[in-house]
Amino acid sequence: MDFLFSIEMAEAVINGILLGGLLALLALGLNLIFGVIDVTWICYAELIMVGMYGMYFLVTVYGVPIPLAVIACIALVAVLGMALHYIVIEPLLNAAPINQLLATGGVLFFLQSFATVAFGIEFRNLGIRLPVLEVGDMFISYPRLIAFGAALVGMVLVYLFLTRTYTGIAIRAIAQDRQIMTLMGVDSRRIYLITSALGGGLAGLGACVLVLQYDVHPFVGLSFGPITFLICVLGGLGNLIGGFIAAFVFAEIIAIGSLASDLEWGYVLAFGFFIVMMFIRPGGLLARRS
Amino acid sequence: MSLSRNQILGGVGILALVLLPFVYHSAYPLHILILILIWSFAYTSWSMMGRFGLVSLGHGGFMGVGAYVTALMWNHLGVSPWIGIPIAMVTAGVLALIVAYPCFRFRITGHYFALVTLALSGIVLQVITATRDWTGGSLGYTPERTKGSGLAALQFTDKETWYLIALAVWVVGLAIWHFVDRSMARYAMEAISEDEDASAAAGVNVTAEKLKITVLSAVMTALAGALYCQYQMFISPDTVSGIAVSLQMVFAVVVGGIYVSLGPTVGAIITILMAEGLRIGFGTKAVGWDNLVYGVLLVVFIIFLPKGILGSLLDLRRKPAAAKPAKAAA
Repeated sequence: MDFLFSIEMAEAVINGILLGGLLALLALGLNLIFGVIDVTWICYAELIMVGMYGMYFLVTVYGVPIPLAVIACIALVAVLGMALHYIVIEPLLNAAPINQLLATGGVLFFLQSFATVAFGIEFRNLGIRLPVLEVGDMFISYPRLIAFGAALVGMVLVYLFLTRTYTGIAIRAIAQDRQIMTLMGVDSRRIYLITSALGGGLAGLGACVLVLQYDVHPFVGLSFGPITFLICVLGGLGNLIGGFIAAFVFAEIIAIGSLASDLEWGYVLAFGFFIVMMFIRPGGLLARRS
Repeated sequence: MSLSRNQILGGVGILALVLLPFVYHSAYPLHILILILIWSFAYTSWSMMGRFGLVSLGHGGFMGVGAYVTALMWNHLGVSPWIGIPIAMVTAGVLALIVAYPCFRFRITGHYFALVTLALSGIVLQVITATRDWTGGSLGYTPERTKGSGLAALQFTDKETWYLIALAVWVVGLAIWHFVDRSMARYAMEAISEDEDASAAAGVNVTAEKLKITVLSAVMTALAGALYCQYQMFISPDTVSGIAVSLQMVFAVVVGGIYVSLGPTVGAIITILMAEGLRIGFGTKAVGWDNLVYGVLLVVFIIFLPKGILGSLLDLRRKPAAAKPAKAAA
């Protein structure tokens, strides 16, 4: 029982919560896209990768101040999201869902190899070394705290947008019933584009936060992309609150699981947990069983 | 006439392929042909379930199991691949059963099925990486060269032998495809992919039919992985398992044609020739370009030619007039 209350355990739990905030932010954008447009962007993590490169080049190569770079980066990925919707998703809106999934899989290949061709396969980072916060005997890294804070701010902003503005309400309405809303005079094409931009923007924010902690390389998306999907599915695709809770559950499993052994085992545990949960609650954590 | 024109053409084609290495000895083209045959077999295995709308992103996992179980048994236990490969195939089949049974039982379909199987290939990749003391982790793994009989260890130095083995397996793969195509299982699966409830009401055992095809597909994919391992004598988690390999399978099949027997083969020919062509033409500068082209093609194909190259060509030949409006509708 000593193990359960050790300082390492407390550190793992706190790191899990911080990681959870970050994962929740990543899952939020993807979930929004799914809930509203009913497509899965399998290349979502690659959009984040592009955003991370954007941050890297703006900050280290062109010396743009960080706040400006963050705004530019969010805008860049938002535009990418709109382009993705306009070029790839719109022609496939009425195709089989699996075709949409595969087409965005093609975009995944494209973005990955585009980054390889354009930027090479070196690992790059911002070169900013932030201090480590010491609380008691625990060490908590500043980038993780910043990530957690930014994730919370981002999520609150999205929540306010969805509940307080006309466009936000239209987005939520269309997620509930796509046929009726068109009859009610909501332009679904416009709403879809706005949602894609919003989902892209969230990916951009995620990129700004991730680049503080991780090196950028063309395949960085593969290291957190799959986990983001699983979180969305575990929370129930399109269910924003479910995704939020699932992110923390997943993050704690990874943090505590990897405490006992390697980080990989944390992931294995999390993936295994996901598969088992799919059998117990196929509709997501918050779904009522029919 | 007892044989149809297609059967004669097929027979002549296979005979020509069997005779090829005895007439033509150049090593590099043979190497490419072997790779094409092995991957064609893997893609055919994937398309066995893919054509019925069961899109699995877990086949990278099955392939990894096939390759690693065979190699690990040989290196650590000294078990010959002749026994190791069947064990690896059974392992992949059991794994498929464990994941697929609850999926089908609880009606996890479409997106959700793809994502559950995605988690499976993630697990296999992470387990291979995590058990690096045995598997070499992400650095890759090499089956030990045999000191005794090459036949017992399934290790051959000459390309001709490998070519014939790969050809035989590929032909068997196509035969299985045709066998399924003519069986009742195909009608059951087509009914299921249209409407599960209706086909269950019509007396189709939905779960059992889907399980049969899934396990068959997983077992075949494991065989492809084991063959790839024995031929290349080097495997790494990135080349035989994980999500990238799963997507690569899906891509090749979609480009070649998912609903026709030779579609996956055409997909393998196109993708491998393109990758090799770019590699020879541009050398190290080509890193990434092949996937860049793949990605664009995948998107273009799904939007404009969802039946793939071979599927669309066959459509054109069969009904030149009807093909055009059909395309416009899609």
